[in-house]
Amino acid sequence: MNFETMSLFSPKLAARFDALVLKYPVRRSALVPMLLYAQDEIGYLSDAVIAEVAERIGITQLDVRNVATYYSMLRFKPAGRYNVQVCTNISCMLRGAYDVYERFQEELGIGHKGVTADGLFSLEEVECIGACCWAPAIQVNYEFHDELNAEHVPGILAGYRGKAGVPSDGSSSLGWKAQAEAKVPHA
Amino acid sequence: MPRLVSHPEEVKIVTRRFGQGAAQIERYIALGGYTAAQKCLSEGPEWIIEEMKASNLRGRGGAGFPTGLKWSFVPKQSAKPKYVLVNGDESEPGTCKDHLIFLHDPHSVIEGTIIAGLAIGAKTGFIYLRGEYRYLLEIMEKAVAEAYAKGFLGKNIFGTQTEFQIITQSGAGAYEVGEESALMESVEGKRGVPRIKPPFPAVVGLYGGPTVINNAETIATVPHVISMGAAAYAAVGSQRNGGTRLFGLSGHVERPGVYELPMGYNLKKMIYDVGGGVRGGRGLKAVVPGGCSTPCLLPDEIDIGMDFDQVGKAGSMLGSGGVVVIDDQTCIVEFALRTISFYQHESCGWCIPCREGTDWLKKSLTRFHAGYGEKKDIDQIQYLAENMMGRTFCPLGDAAAMPILGFVKKFRQEFEDHLHGKPCPFAKHVDLAVV
Repeated sequence: MNFETMSLFSPKLAARFDALVLKYPVRRSALVPMLLYAQDEIGYLSDAVIAEVAERIGITQLDVRNVATYYSMLRFKPAGRYNVQVCTNISCMLRGAYDVYERFQEELGIGHKGVTADGLFSLEEVECIGACCWAPAIQVNYEFHDELNAEHVPGILAGYRGKAGVPSDGSSSLGWKAQAEAKVPHA
Repeated sequence: MPRLVSHPEEVKIVTRRFGQGAAQIERYIALGGYTAAQKCLSEGPEWIIEEMKASNLRGRGGAGFPTGLKWSFVPKQSAKPKYVLVNGDESEPGTCKDHLIFLHDPHSVIEGTIIAGLAIGAKTGFIYLRGEYRYLLEIMEKAVAEAYAKGFLGKNIFGTQTEFQIITQSGAGAYEVGEESALMESVEGKRGVPRIKPPFPAVVGLYGGPTVINNAETIATVPHVISMGAAAYAAVGSQRNGGTRLFGLSGHVERPGVYELPMGYNLKKMIYDVGGGVRGGRGLKAVVPGGCSTPCLLPDEIDIGMDFDQVGKAGSMLGSGGVVVIDDQTCIVEFALRTISFYQHESCGWCIPCREGTDWLKKSLTRFHAGYGEKKDIDQIQYLAENMMGRTFCPLGDAAAMPILGFVKKFRQEFEDHLHGKPCPFAKHVDLAVV
């Protein structure tokens, strides 16, 4: 397979990558952001994603893996549609981050790096996200929520269930799952 | 949305456009923006560097190196292109000031980057933001596009023959990339593993070319130094510590937030007057003065001016300006454990003392906090930390060891209270899932 004839990525992202590799003095500088943007669209760095990124940059797949494993935001298996990242570093910890984290664990029934059965949520305990003065803070995908306490947790989850069109009790999420399964690579 | 705070004691220089819509270029210009860059274009590189030296502006990333001096190290002639690299990888726990700069005043970062470029004769600047700051990267990219549309960036900036391009770059989650040589590796599309120094980046940096690397706050300060004049800027701060600093008050403080205060501002006043004291009227146990890497100060050690020299004299560091307040209900062993767990997670593993040391310290402190410590472990923790110091390529090893040394030395009794058979007197727990 050649990325010029068949790409895993949407035409928009493929066009973005075409521009990105030419933006820097060397193509390789596009690697780290490219992996992140690819992950945003596909969900994780699958073998196929790694292969296409390697081809686009002009380096080996091994080289891509060597770099990708260094960065904590990059993952090699799917996360939930909404990845809940709870900071428990010092400033957040002092203001109750572990209570928030535990509440997320209870509400979702999963632990660190777990994914809910419906694939809607995943949970991660993360290091400092740069919101120390508004602690405790979390990120859901790239969205910040700050000045939290455990009581806020059900409301946050309900908000994302609403966005995904899932009943607030989470009873049926087939809509989302069917969508995910129906997702095919862009020709 | 991060809440903005205000206090009468603040001196608003870098933050003066916050909350005023200055992320829009027209608003930024209306508030006096981009005049400093134009002044620098007419005055020339030597004048800029002299102004920066006279301003006593020191690097806001943590090391406090004089900015003008750093710029002066870049050779005038170079066969390879020169670069400016703005470090917006802000990841030091306790620090969120750059977050606000990117959100409220992205054009000040662009203008500062242009000025740094003019000073060293670079045609390209990189602005690197940590991967988690996606919404801020989007704000930054929009601002860069606006500056190009206005002709403030490009082949002929401000209608002159001078070229300056800005490239924005996203990270993907790595504390260590905040170290300048690891940052360059990341920009080059590699693992963020530090380079050995010398050669220093000013001589051999990004893509092998001479490179100036500055923290985002430093860069955002530069246009203000030019606009108000070096002497006026220097006069705001203390001796050899020009201007203001964005101090991030967090932890058990009544009114947390990012406050812009003059360099040398008294730490005790900062906590009790500006921050409103310890939350819930509790007693103060310790203060981490400059981000998680800096050794803690005890309540009787905080009557000091917050500048690089005075905090250094007090046995700690001003670091990133992230002041973390710890109340008397906090278990220091737990706090130390959470601190070392962070470094163990972030160590890249390149240097053995850091890779093994952070892991061993985490294991020891985990055992200790669980009540299975032995008295000899306290000395062992200290011995381990001492032997990590100064034995690694980058300062991450030191950054991990220093706070732990501080806790063990200053709170030895509390460690002894955790010895076998005695449960944690604070009855809390840390479930350290981060691996």
